[in-house]
Amino acid sequence: MSDPAREFRPSNQPLLRVDNLRIEIPNRRGTLVAVDDVSFHISEGEVLGVVGESGAGKSLTGSAVIGLLEPPCHIAGGTIHLDGRRVDNLPYEQMRRIRGREIGMVFQDPLTSLNPLYTVGRQLTETILTHTDLGEKAARQRAIDLLQEVGIPAAAERIDHYPHQFSGGMRQRVVIALALCINPRLIIADEPTTALDVSIQAQIIALLKRLCREHGAAVMLVTHDMGVIAETADRVAVMYAGRIVEIGPVADVVLRAQHPYTAGLMGSIPLVGHDVEDLTQIDGAMPRLNAIPQGCAFNPRCPRAFDRCRRERPDLQPVGATQAACWLFDEAAAGRSGTHG
Amino acid sequence: MAVSQDKPIAVEAGIGARFVDALKRFFDGDIWYSFTRSPVVIVSAVVTLFFVLSSIGAPLVAPHDPFDLASIDLLDAEIPPLWYADGDPRFLLGTDAQGRDILSTMIYGSRISLGVGFASVLFAMVLGIALGLVSGYFGGTVDAVIMRIADVQLTFPAILIALLIDGLARAVLPRDFHSEVWFYVLVLAIGLSFWVQYARTVRGSAMVERNKEYVQAARVIGIPPVLIMIRHVLPNVMGPVLVIATINLAIAVITEATLSFLGVGVPLTSPSLGTLIRVGNDFLFSGSWWITIFPGAALAVLVLAVNLLGDWLRDALNPKLR
Amino acid sequence: MIAFIVRRLLQSILVMLAVGFIAFSLFTYVGDPINNMVGQDTTLEQRQELRERLGLDDPFFVQYGRFLVNAVQGDFGLSYRHRRPVSELIAERMPATLELSFVAAVLALFIGVPMGVYTGLHRRGFLSQVFLTVSLIGISLPTFLIGILLILVFGVMSQDINQAIGFSLLPQLPTFGRGETTQIGWWSTGFLTQSGILALILPSITLALFQMTLIMRLVRSEMLEVLRTDYIKFARARGLTNRAVNFGHALKNTLVPVITITGLQLGSIIAFALITEQVFQWPGMGLLFIQAINEVDIPVMASYLIMIGFFFVVINLIVDLLYYVVDPRLRADKAVAGGHQ
Repeated sequence: MSDPAREFRPSNQPLLRVDNLRIEIPNRRGTLVAVDDVSFHISEGEVLGVVGESGAGKSLTGSAVIGLLEPPCHIAGGTIHLDGRRVDNLPYEQMRRIRGREIGMVFQDPLTSLNPLYTVGRQLTETILTHTDLGEKAARQRAIDLLQEVGIPAAAERIDHYPHQFSGGMRQRVVIALALCINPRLIIADEPTTALDVSIQAQIIALLKRLCREHGAAVMLVTHDMGVIAETADRVAVMYAGRIVEIGPVADVVLRAQHPYTAGLMGSIPLVGHDVEDLTQIDGAMPRLNAIPQGCAFNPRCPRAFDRCRRERPDLQPVGATQAACWLFDEAAAGRSGTHG
Repeated sequence: MAVSQDKPIAVEAGIGARFVDALKRFFDGDIWYSFTRSPVVIVSAVVTLFFVLSSIGAPLVAPHDPFDLASIDLLDAEIPPLWYADGDPRFLLGTDAQGRDILSTMIYGSRISLGVGFASVLFAMVLGIALGLVSGYFGGTVDAVIMRIADVQLTFPAILIALLIDGLARAVLPRDFHSEVWFYVLVLAIGLSFWVQYARTVRGSAMVERNKEYVQAARVIGIPPVLIMIRHVLPNVMGPVLVIATINLAIAVITEATLSFLGVGVPLTSPSLGTLIRVGNDFLFSGSWWITIFPGAALAVLVLAVNLLGDWLRDALNPKLR
Repeated sequence: MIAFIVRRLLQSILVMLAVGFIAFSLFTYVGDPINNMVGQDTTLEQRQELRERLGLDDPFFVQYGRFLVNAVQGDFGLSYRHRRPVSELIAERMPATLELSFVAAVLALFIGVPMGVYTGLHRRGFLSQVFLTVSLIGISLPTFLIGILLILVFGVMSQDINQAIGFSLLPQLPTFGRGETTQIGWWSTGFLTQSGILALILPSITLALFQMTLIMRLVRSEMLEVLRTDYIKFARARGLTNRAVNFGHALKNTLVPVITITGLQLGSIIAFALITEQVFQWPGMGLLFIQAINEVDIPVMASYLIMIGFFFVVINLIVDLLYYVVDPRLRADKAVAGGHQ
């Protein structure tokens, strides 16, 4: 696999660089590898979509970046660099200073992301006070401004309300305000709309996109919704069973999917101008972590699998405008597969 | 544990095959696995089993028969344990004020303690499950009444309720009659103070099942509700019920011992561990500590072992806590 | 708010009516009160006269009503055994029980809660494992056995042990009764004399130990539960300090369920006091109750029941109000309407 980050580095160092990330979950019967050899980068102000079925390892990757993997999950290999600084091995206190200030996070369920016992104002101001030198009053003013910015009417009044007094959509706006309140350079949005009504989803995505652009924050948008990715992301990484199977510019991945799995995923969203032949249904389900098949993890479900797919595991290699991990494209990358481990 | 596995299955025909199947699944499953991995739990299980077996086989195991007046000699009173200079090789752990062998009274005492414990847990379980099923299945007024009673009862500690029921029985029953039926009175008193937990657990599950389509369908084709409940609700709640029962067994043994210690439980003529402690307590200041401390230690070890089993079972059945 | 309090008050009154009903049934149906009051040589006519004078032939509900009116005024009739008003007996004994329970409750709370918080936060720490093991032993030792062990060590063997090791490690502590008490109005207190305070040590430890371990385990499991929630993860993701997350957020949320159950535990301290009172011959209400059970002294049994019921109801009421103060979700505000889009 060629390393995209390395190619960009001289001219434009990426904001976030993840190299060969491996996340393990020790289990009573051995060790599960939940994320295996995952590498990608996010540039300043860029939106990277990460898609895949649940259990593909996309949320864990997000948690690893912000340093919040819950034991017994842990990073077992690889590195994470934020702005050239290695962050995956930082002591807790140093990582804490990065969280909120440089990396913000938006969780899936706005109903459970906010502490029910404190007003939204108190949760905003405590975050602001933790990371800045502002006084109580200035912090409160900033909190009100933020609430206004995320579109909460009568913010000066609502600031003293408790989370249960807000609707789901409004709460997610508050959560976004909380994630953005110190102007972090990277936002990890973990399925930010999954728990919301369909009617509100588009609003929240639009808001997130607009605010991140205005605040100059890059976004790692974790979701299983290809539609959201298609209209929001600049680039997209497709994950399957703990690995990235395809990564590239969103238009290329969506319209000219190379990996059979991506092609199958695209089958779920009807796109104008899309070749009907590619609208294949994926049979079966993603393997459990303790039963990942030998060779390519996708081979039992793959309509185009052949012998080699069952024996050897493919690595990412350039295919057209994107990179895909599939033996179908091996000829194109012959001779390059030995450059990494 | 293996014993409990057959309960939800024994309802229908083909018991034998199903039982073997259940056993296979059990030894293959996570619970057995976590059991073999925890030395503390294995020791607890062995200790519990040891108590149960020696209780069942008390007449065979005990070196003396403490209730055989002919074999008791007052001259043997208050002999210290064997390792003291004036110990007697016949009495390993010494004797009490009446010359009875402490070890033997302890074995017979555990027999009574465990007997009352198991019986009251069983009683509470049957009562609680029945009321829970009725409450959850029928809902409405029946449910409201049962659950209000449960609420009020839960306000009071179990020991107080047991004490009250036992006290009432004493007041109502003639003294002679009471000394004959004390066992049932105790089981009733302790059992009645524990049923609420079972009822609540089962009720919750019954309410969920009641609304499922297959239950509705079964009702339509005329299968009696009782059968539906037993077939479909009970298997779902066996796990939690088993956990509650194990922890309740420990509490029941403590409650019985406490009642006996307070002088309202088991009569002196057939002493349980609690009674032995109560009696021995009078000799604490005269230096004959072994009369009370050995039964006390036995009680503590038994309850600790059962508690450890309960703790482990709860964690093993609830993967979230791991 | 007011509706909530009124509803709780009504419920409390209902519980008290139920408890009163049980107590009254004791009076009426258990044994013949007349037989218990008069001597063997009383004639049938005299008995009938007494029966009428006491209103024992009145309809059931008239009697129940009269019983309630009397009970509210603190009149519980005469003790069969002591031939004195039960209210007098209880008033005499109550200070002893309440002082013992108070000291035990303070011990249980102020040691149990911090231990629970500690073991919850440092889940796999060495000290946590020690606390947990000790607590399991604490739960497995019946209260009376703890008392007996303490008496053995500090009452019987302390001198021998001190002699054996050559210096006075263990103090000799009183194991019987309340020591000297001071009378303040009708209340007799042991807090003001040295012997009174010394006498409190062993019984209060005995009574506190079980509740302490229970509270510790409860706080621990609630803490673990809360630490797993999304809002704690989100608080960490915002870069709040450990201190703010653990004590500002987790502890406060732990308090909500802990208050309820701790409240009930405190109530049961008063009930469990009767075991401790028996072990240490502590002249409180519990000892009176045990004697009453042995002697079938129905009026004393009934009024003890009512007293305990009353304590429990009051504690429950306080707990509910506290709950209300801590948890804003229970304060149903009208402002909710504004939050919906």
